[in-house]
Amino acid sequence: MAAIYLLEQVINGLLSGGYYLLIALGLSMIFSLGGIVNLAHGAFYALGAYFAIEVSAIWGFGSAIVISPVLVGLIGIVFERFILRRFYSADPIISLLLTFGLSMVIEQLIRMLWGAAPLASSIPTALRGNVVVGEFLYSRYRLIILGAVALLLVAIWFLLNRTSFGRVVRAGVQKPDMVAALGIKLQPYMTGIVVIGVMLAAIAGVMFSPIVGVHPAMGSEIMTAAFVVVVIGGLGSFWGVVLAAILVGVVKGVTIHFIPPAGEASMYLLMVLVLLFRPRGLFGERIERFD
Amino acid sequence: MKDVSQTRRRLVIAGSAAGAVSAMGFPAIVKAQSDKIRIGHLTPLTGFLGTIGEYAAMGVKMAAEEINKSGGLLGREIELLSEDSVNPATASSKAQRQLERDGAVLLLGEISSASCTAIAQVAARNKKVFFNTGGNSDEIRGKTCNRYMFHVEAANTMYVNAVATALLRNNMVAGKRWFSLTADYSFGHDLHRVSSRFLKANKGDLVENALVATDATDFSPFLLKIRQAKPDIVVSNLAGLQVSNFIKQYAEFGLSYPLVGFDMAPAIAWASGAENFSGTWPVRWHPDVASPSARAFVTAFTAKYGKPPEDQAAAEYSTLKLLVQSMNEIKSTDSERLIAHLEKEPEFDILKARKGYFRKWDHQLMQEMYSITPKPKAQVKNKWDFLQLSSPLPGDSAKLESLAPTREENDCKMA
Repeated sequence: MAAIYLLEQVINGLLSGGYYLLIALGLSMIFSLGGIVNLAHGAFYALGAYFAIEVSAIWGFGSAIVISPVLVGLIGIVFERFILRRFYSADPIISLLLTFGLSMVIEQLIRMLWGAAPLASSIPTALRGNVVVGEFLYSRYRLIILGAVALLLVAIWFLLNRTSFGRVVRAGVQKPDMVAALGIKLQPYMTGIVVIGVMLAAIAGVMFSPIVGVHPAMGSEIMTAAFVVVVIGGLGSFWGVVLAAILVGVVKGVTIHFIPPAGEASMYLLMVLVLLFRPRGLFGERIERFD
Repeated sequence: MKDVSQTRRRLVIAGSAAGAVSAMGFPAIVKAQSDKIRIGHLTPLTGFLGTIGEYAAMGVKMAAEEINKSGGLLGREIELLSEDSVNPATASSKAQRQLERDGAVLLLGEISSASCTAIAQVAARNKKVFFNTGGNSDEIRGKTCNRYMFHVEAANTMYVNAVATALLRNNMVAGKRWFSLTADYSFGHDLHRVSSRFLKANKGDLVENALVATDATDFSPFLLKIRQAKPDIVVSNLAGLQVSNFIKQYAEFGLSYPLVGFDMAPAIAWASGAENFSGTWPVRWHPDVASPSARAFVTAFTAKYGKPPEDQAAAEYSTLKLLVQSMNEIKSTDSERLIAHLEKEPEFDILKARKGYFRKWDHQLMQEMYSITPKPKAQVKNKWDFLQLSSPLPGDSAKLESLAPTREENDCKMA
């Protein structure tokens, strides 16, 4: 029986890995191409959730999952063109300060507009319920999220590996000077990557708000874990981030099964272990610029 | 076209009137400012308790405005210094600044028990009173109590005792197997100590107590553990926003074991959503409390802020009101005299049916408590109206003190 319980936790961990994945993927993409650690990424996740609440109230959850990320994507364009762009070649500490400050500004704006009190958010009635498979119990909504995350992953992978957009982006990550020498301006690509990154964060905000709650500090709440996932996976690696998110979910579930209070600490321990043996993370590529 | 000369004349009149007012009124205003009596208010406005702290700030502000409109304190206006307490270290330094530099005559506020302890130390050193409006731990009224600290917030024991009646009546304790989740910090541990003492005294079994890190947001691994243990009752000793997340995810997984919790506030229940809320929980106050003063407060607050008040708004509001009332009665803002007055156990309207008083030996406010359960769906009118409030506890025949920790349970020796 104990083995079955453990297996149940492992599979549940696979599901909950998706929670970090979308945020971590966007963070990793923006860092790889622009060299900017976007500390404001969590704020876009929070904005996604708040917009979703507003849109759901008028047109329902189905519209929210489309409209909210689009709105956040538009803000992303402004963010990249008028703010981030000035700092690609600056000292990394400057962009850290900038995005950290921005995350606080957005968090406080949310507090001023919507209030500090958490907003009620629920799983739409049509998506509620759970699925029992043999001994195992799963939430129907989380299975749907998992499906959506998988679809998004396929789409992003396709974009990065099978389109000309992706080819320029991948070349830009490794050899920006060479890309420039070939007469290709990287700036529009950077705008594209930032927009995709913040939209992924917003989609995560919409999908997870019925589970983890909507409040001004929700963005900073998820950032630490998202960073841990990026570091474990290795910078610049698509599959590294995917594997790391799943690993974090599974390790957390198994830890809680045996030692509940260590659940949150387990991912940091995992990070330490991975870094000890693979300083660049699981599948981290060597990026010359950052060495 | 409008008559230009008339407009100009009006402008001249208005201008000279303004000039006259400033010439005569200005010295008076300056004088009034130096004359104001300052009161320090600290509460977390950011972080995981900030969601509740905002209500505290709104409640205390409204009380100050009403007080100033109706004659003030000892004929002078009060000036509120309301700040974000952030964490125990910052709370301590801000308390020190408010008392030593800004000349606040007393302090009130807080939600975190750890910050309460920090502020209380500063207050005691300055020999000024501090009114704890939101810290629940029994320990700060027991082991670490001090004579400069008064507690408007109910102690954990009072919260547990508020749901105890319902649990015993519904046969949810004796011989039942409880699975509890406890927030892994001082407050959660204190609450677990009190709730498991109640369980043991009433012959129930604790199957497991799982400690939950305060930054945990995904409860699915815990929910699976609960299902695997097949308990009779699931118990929450969680705190703050974690409670509403837990209630949501409990509904998401569709577990059928009755839910019981020992820490709750209306804002937390509201955030869980009408579709998800279940179980039996204690509250110190709720906007449906039946008393004329509570009705008036709810009406005024809703008109001012566009949403109903939360318990923490009521706590701050009634605390500042009762403080000003007391200081007006003793005609002094001196903390020593205020302590002597309150230790005579005068009764105050605290927005509840029965009046409350501070118990002399531990400075705990003796007050009615309530429990909440979900309202039948058909009766739900809006997004705030899905909580069924119990009648006040203890019932009319019992003493208010019957809910509070006894000396044996929580001995306080004031220095």
